[in-house]
Amino acid sequence: MAGFLSDAEWVALSLSLKVALAAVVCSLPFAFLSAVLLARCRFRGKALVDGLIHLPLVLPPVALGYLLLISLGTRAPLGAFLLENFGIRFVFSWTGAALASAILTFPFQVRAIRLSLEAQDPGLAEAAETLGAGPLDRLLSLYLPLAIPGILGGLVTAFAACLGEFGAIITFVSNIPGETRTIPLAIYTAIQTPGGEAAAARLASLSILLALLGLVLADVIARRARAALAQ
Amino acid sequence: MSAVQLRHRLGSFQLDAAFEFGAESGVSALFGPSGAGKSTIINAIAGLIAPEFGRIAINGETLLDTERGVALSARARRIGVVFQDTRLFPHLDVHANLLYGWRRAPVKSDASRIAAVIVLLGLEELLKRRPRTLSGGERSRVALGRALLMNPRALLLDEPLAALDAARKAEILPYLERLVHETKIPMLYVSHSLDEVARLADRMIVLDKGRVVAEGSLFDVTARLDLIAGSELLPGAVLEAKITGYDAAHDLSELDFAGEPLVVPRIDRAVGETVRIRIDAPDVMLALSRPEGVSANNILPVTVAAIKEVGAHADVQLALKDTRLVARITRRSLERLALKPGAAVFAVIKSVTVGGREHL
Repeated sequence: MAGFLSDAEWVALSLSLKVALAAVVCSLPFAFLSAVLLARCRFRGKALVDGLIHLPLVLPPVALGYLLLISLGTRAPLGAFLLENFGIRFVFSWTGAALASAILTFPFQVRAIRLSLEAQDPGLAEAAETLGAGPLDRLLSLYLPLAIPGILGGLVTAFAACLGEFGAIITFVSNIPGETRTIPLAIYTAIQTPGGEAAAARLASLSILLALLGLVLADVIARRARAALAQ
Repeated sequence: MSAVQLRHRLGSFQLDAAFEFGAESGVSALFGPSGAGKSTIINAIAGLIAPEFGRIAINGETLLDTERGVALSARARRIGVVFQDTRLFPHLDVHANLLYGWRRAPVKSDASRIAAVIVLLGLEELLKRRPRTLSGGERSRVALGRALLMNPRALLLDEPLAALDAARKAEILPYLERLVHETKIPMLYVSHSLDEVARLADRMIVLDKGRVVAEGSLFDVTARLDLIAGSELLPGAVLEAKITGYDAAHDLSELDFAGEPLVVPRIDRAVGETVRIRIDAPDVMLALSRPEGVSANNILPVTVAAIKEVGAHADVQLALKDTRLVARITRRSLERLALKPGAAVFAVIKSVTVGGREHL
């Protein structure tokens, strides 16, 4: 396998995995809370919140990359604030790639967790309440463990989708080898390079393999977890 | 004493009920046909719904008083609820289910209580199992244990046996009886089965179309003629009798009922103990003189206390000292015997149900 990919391609693969992992793990808590909000709470403006969460599904990734660039660039107020006070820089960094990927794949996670929450018997929460569990307690002792099938399924789906992000990453954090050049960007670079067709084909096959593996894994995990929790 | 007063509208259904339960009277049965408002009452007491008007005090502590703006959350009420569908947590094993409320109780009962409840409900072998691997009866027992261990102010049992078949019911009823005898927690037992009520309850609250139509001791309420007509209440009376002896030759237990002897098939209880018996109205015949040469063993001298005629039937309430039983005869028989309140007759009892189980 080591001979199949060049060193630069290995770097792109490991970077892609790092970016995707950081993206899904960091966005999971927010995805869980958003899913609880949508599945279990009634409030004004819920349709708007629902729309905002699902917006990345239909928004052009390039547009998101642009929005991130103008709001988190080092000369933008928010970007400058983060850099000065916390030393956090997103532009031209792999963390920026992770942030863009996280936003774009957020709906996948929320959707999977929400479905899993909505499938729960609301009577269980009532029982927990009579047994002395407050709202936060119910969230952690009931909603969270019962949503594990959705959480795992959502994580894997979002992870696989992260591996495919291109537009937002190249717009926001550019195409820097070893820092922001993930597999899709490496494919793009290979196509732009004379004689890079073989490299592009290798990387494209790899992408397909990873995506397929992710989807199958998501399905298996979700089914296993559901069976373990079935009443 | 615990008092409940509720008014609540749900669509076209109007609940307007007031009753008392708990204290020295042990288990109170909330009895009525489906749709009478029993579950709404349970949910309102537990704090799972907010009634338009309500005043609920358990053991003198106010949990809800809409007029004074007092409304404790379900969590703060500490009312143990045994739901009909058990609502065990599927991701926790039996032991963790049992401890869910115990861990969260502001006033924890002693840790030795956990072992005691596990033994009381026969859960020793089930502790490591997940709810989905349990039978219906086992699930009910775990739900009972979970509610008991939260150290509740009161226990509400919402038809805990309704989802079980007769065999499972028979399996769990003895546990419930032990529970009733061994705990001092006021209990409200929702049921539409007179069998269960007769075995477990001391007080009875009869609910119909959102209203309380009768409230009182089990013995008084079950013998009331006005409730029998057109209700699901099986005509009959629940009574108490004392075991006086055992006829080994015939395998019969001898009872003393209001000073009169009764015999029933062997009851496995000690002489001197009090048992609950049920005599269904269709199983009581009336005779003007003490009948000779009949197979029935149990013949009681009684006085006609009241008569209610419904269709072809007449329900006759009979008094023996201060106890009441009911006979259901035809109106033709009533005319033929020319029965009037105050008449002295003999009740020939064809069948006695002991403890809601054995028949004669």
